[in-house]
Amino acid sequence: MPIDTTAAHLLAIGTRKGLWLATSPDRSSWSLTGPHFLMREVPSVGIDTRPGSGDGGLPRILVGVRSEHWGPTVAHSDDLGETWVEPDNGAIRFPTDTDTALERVWQLQPDTADRPGVVWAGCEPISVWKSTDGGEHFELNRGLWDHPHRKDWGAGYGGAAAHSIAVSPDENTLHIAMSTGGVYRSTDAGQTWQARNTGITAYFMPDPNPEFGQCVHKIARDPVKSERLFAQNHHGVYRSDDNADTWKSIADGLPSDFGFVMLAHPRRSATAWVIPMKADGERIPPDGQLAVHRTDDAGDTWTRLDNGLPHHEYNAVLRDAAAVDTAEPAGVYFGTRGGTVYASSDEGASFVQIATNLPDVLCIRAATLSG
Amino acid sequence: MPATASQTVTVLVPRTLMAEIDGQRIIEVPVAAGATLADLLDALATDHPVFDRRLRDETRALRRYVNVYVDGDDVRQLGGVAASVKPGQEVQIIQSVAGG
Repeated sequence: MPIDTTAAHLLAIGTRKGLWLATSPDRSSWSLTGPHFLMREVPSVGIDTRPGSGDGGLPRILVGVRSEHWGPTVAHSDDLGETWVEPDNGAIRFPTDTDTALERVWQLQPDTADRPGVVWAGCEPISVWKSTDGGEHFELNRGLWDHPHRKDWGAGYGGAAAHSIAVSPDENTLHIAMSTGGVYRSTDAGQTWQARNTGITAYFMPDPNPEFGQCVHKIARDPVKSERLFAQNHHGVYRSDDNADTWKSIADGLPSDFGFVMLAHPRRSATAWVIPMKADGERIPPDGQLAVHRTDDAGDTWTRLDNGLPHHEYNAVLRDAAAVDTAEPAGVYFGTRGGTVYASSDEGASFVQIATNLPDVLCIRAATLSG
Repeated sequence: MPATASQTVTVLVPRTLMAEIDGQRIIEVPVAAGATLADLLDALATDHPVFDRRLRDETRALRRYVNVYVDGDDVRQLGGVAASVKPGQEVQIIQSVAGG
C-alpha cells in the first residue's frame, strides 16, 4: 500500500532489520508501510520538516543504514520513502588522514528552523559531523576528532559513539553526549569542546566523579530555557540549569535511575519524559511493568504513565527508540526491543499500540506535517 | 580495441549487490599486467562508487564480512586487496556467514 502523502502525522521507525513509516490523519489510527532497507539495520533517522527540505512541501527523511556485510551509509527520501537517494561517494566518509572507517551513524539531527540545510550527525567511532546541504554531505568536526580526551574515551555495550546532539538557539552553542565520555559543550560553533559533567557520577570508574568518562545515555534541551538540559545517565537522571556547567540529580520519585530515553517537550518548559529500566544488570522495566514517567516541574516530581501499556513487558526501550512530535498536545512515541510501538496523542496520559512484531526498534522520530 | 577474454578478469557479483552495478551478475573487467585486487576494484569504482563502498571502507580495506576469492583462493590468504589478479582469472565476491 502506498504511503499517504497528505497525512498530517508521520512516524519513522528504524529497526534492526529495516525502516517502517507510519502515517495518521489524526494520531488515533495509523497506517504502516515498509519495510524499507529490509535486512539492514537502521540505527538513526531524522525528519527534516523545515521548508524546502523535501519535495512539494514534504519533509526530508534522513536515515543511517548499516549492513553487517556491506557497511554503513546515509540515505534520504524527499517523497516519504517512495524513492531513496544515497550519495555516490557517501554522505559521511572519514578523511584519508584519519585512517578511520565509519562504523555506524547513531544520530541525524536537523538544526533549528533558522538554520536551513544544517544537519548534524553523531557517529561511531566517536565523532560529530556537520552538513550544510540537508544531509547529503557531512564534514568531520575536527575540534572533537582531535580532542585530547579521545584516547581515554571508552566504548559502551553498543559501541563508542556520539549519540546525542542538542542544538541550541545560539548557533555557537552545542551540546553532545557520548558513551562513554559524557557530555561535551562547544560555545564556539564546534571549534573547541569542553567536558561538562560536574555532578554526574560514573560509579563504574575508580574515581566516581571524573571530569569525563561518564556514560550518559541521552540528553535533551528544554525548549524555552535553552540553558536547561536533562540527562538520562547509566544510572542517574539529571538536570542542569546552567548550560551543563553543573548537574543535579532529579531521580527522586522514579522507580529506577537507570534507562536510556530522555525526551523534552517541544514547546513547554520543564516537561520531560523518561522510560526507566530496572538496572544496569537487569535491563527490563521495573517489575516487568512498562511505564513512562513525566515531569512537569523540571524533575522535582514525576508522574507514572502506563494507561494502555501492557501489564508485562520484559524488553528494553533504547535511547533513540522514543520521540515527541510538535502537535498540540504533544505526542509521545516509543518502541521496544520486542518490536512493539506505542503512541500517545496526549503527552503520555494514554497510549495505543500501533505496531507489533517488528524487529528490535532502534530509533523513532515523529513529525507533524500539517494542521 | 575491446579487451578479449584473455585480457580480462571475470568478476562474479553476489545477487544482493547486483542493483549497485547495473544489475550485472558477471562482469568482465580489463586488467593490466601486474594488477592487484585493489586495481580491479578501483576500476569498478570509477563508474560504480556505491558498489565499491559496499566492499571497501574509507581506508580501502575489504569490509570484515566481505569475502573475495581469486580462482577459489581467499584473498585474505593472498595479501588482501594487494592480491595479484591476472587476465583469465575469476574473482568471486561472497558475503560471509554473519548476522541474525
